[in-house]
Amino acid sequence: MYSQGLIGAEDNVEETPEFLEEFQARIDREEKIEPNDPMPSAYRKTLIRQIGQHAHSEIVGMLPEGNWITRAPTLRRKAALLAKVQDEGGHGLYLYAAAETLGVSREQMTEELLSGKAKYSSIFNYPTPTWADIGAIGWLVDGAAIMNQVPLCRCSFGPYARAMVRVCKEESFHQRQGYELMMTLAEGSPEQREMAQDALNRWWWPSLMMFGPHDSDSTNSDQSMKWKIKRFTNDELRQKFVDATVPQAERIGLTMPDPELKWNADKNDGEGGYDFGSIDWDEFWRVVKGGGPMNVDRLAARKKAWDDGAWVREAALAHAQKRRDRAEASKVAAE
Amino acid sequence: MATNADFANTLIALADDHLILGHRLSQWCGHAPMLEEDLSMPNMALDLIGQARNLYSYACILEGSGRSEDDLAFLRSDREYKNCLMVERPNGDFAHTILRELYFAAFMHPYWEAAQSSADKTICGYAQKAEKEIAYHIRHCGEWVIRLGDGTKESAERMRKAVTALHPYTEELFTITPAHQACIDAGLLPDLATLKSAWSMTISTIFKDAFLEIPEIAFPQEGGRDGRHTEDFGHLLSELQFMQRAYPGQKW
Ligand SMILES: [Fe+2]
Ligand SMILES: [Fe+2]
Ligand SMILES: [Fe+2]
Repeated sequence: MYSQGLIGAEDNVEETPEFLEEFQARIDREEKIEPNDPMPSAYRKTLIRQIGQHAHSEIVGMLPEGNWITRAPTLRRKAALLAKVQDEGGHGLYLYAAAETLGVSREQMTEELLSGKAKYSSIFNYPTPTWADIGAIGWLVDGAAIMNQVPLCRCSFGPYARAMVRVCKEESFHQRQGYELMMTLAEGSPEQREMAQDALNRWWWPSLMMFGPHDSDSTNSDQSMKWKIKRFTNDELRQKFVDATVPQAERIGLTMPDPELKWNADKNDGEGGYDFGSIDWDEFWRVVKGGGPMNVDRLAARKKAWDDGAWVREAALAHAQKRRDRAEASKVAAE
Repeated sequence: MATNADFANTLIALADDHLILGHRLSQWCGHAPMLEEDLSMPNMALDLIGQARNLYSYACILEGSGRSEDDLAFLRSDREYKNCLMVERPNGDFAHTILRELYFAAFMHPYWEAAQSSADKTICGYAQKAEKEIAYHIRHCGEWVIRLGDGTKESAERMRKAVTALHPYTEELFTITPAHQACIDAGLLPDLATLKSAWSMTISTIFKDAFLEIPEIAFPQEGGRDGRHTEDFGHLLSELQFMQRAYPGQKW
């Protein structure tokens, strides 16, 4: 679907068995694949899709949290939230730049987002009705993102791996900040505590869904693992997240909304881990397919920003052209 | 002779300018015309809110009344906010927002420059940092005003409309209250009258490249320094103060 849009980067490599074998051998040797290296077109497409989706998630992710910037309860929290939302925009920018090295422009990716063709993380299709949602997002959503992204720092594609190193540092700062916000609420008045518990109740299951379908139902997984774009399966990452997060909730006296959650000493090869209840996959697919509570609003907000800004972008281009024309004219006049 | 109250009140009015303008800029976050601006808007808002925090905190120390930066930011009535009217104007389109920021930054830059030789060491310290931050706002917004003024027919028209709408509010930046005059006399804060030529120079240089004209102002709009605000201000406060009003006396 991107082939038309590829700007001169369409590799004319012939995907002979020898070529594919050598490519896999490079990956197995843990060599980084760089943008100008020959690569199978399916590898390129997979990465464009994945990095594009990731970039879109960062951008759409600015909206639910941005919803609270003007209402943050203290100046310290307001500044922290502004900085966080700005960081997310910055992540979007590096990721678009990483995807551009594969031959697709930011503008094309934006159009695919706005037309609904490209996806972004479903988690951002849930609303942020209360201030505690800002804590829950930082703690759980950034927390789940870190689980997914730390292994991506070793992704076989160099630009993506390098972008992730920088992004992960900031995400872990966001995660700590979110947890600290939740802790403050949990230690606060009864209504603050209730607000925190309610946010946890609403965000827990969607954050488990962030790891995607069960391995048995996941279509893209095997090839991505082979190409070392992915290093762990969806279920492995989800389990790590649960095991890391449940004790954090306990420490601040909040309860996970899962009656089936319990410690299982035999899990994880005897290291122990948590058993947890089953995810509502109907809800997962409904949100993926556009039926979540905020899907329509999120896209509408991005589309409005893009449409309302068209005259600004046109003016910037027109001005740049005028400057070039003037520079050209004055050069001619000087000759 | 400037009393601590004169000094504190003058700083609070300046902090109010920064907080309210920061609030307005932050409303663009995630809704800007391009991703670069989705980053610049919160970036500038952060500078302004950071400066507001410094000024409020210092005013609290001067007052010695036990109020905190958050008490000042969130728990006053509309008449107690002393920001100039320009900063509370609704964002309008991108041309309005960028021009308003330029007007303000072109005022604050010479302000912070002059404040570096204040008789008060705390103000000198804030001024050194803030001057560098605000210089970026002038550069960034000035470039946009030029791009839009000298871009397409539509952008030039929008830029002219923004000038017409906002220029009447610029006069109030230079209003000197009696408390401020006392601070000037004590060498604590800059004499705003001396900043006017630097402000005009910045604006006219940028306007020249943007093919914009500085309008004659028949009726300057002011009142904010006296706590008389526009109709939009109450709505802004209802958002800004929402949490503190809905859940009084809690720690966040
Ligand atoms: Fe991010
Ligand atoms: Fe992310
Ligand atoms: Fe983050």
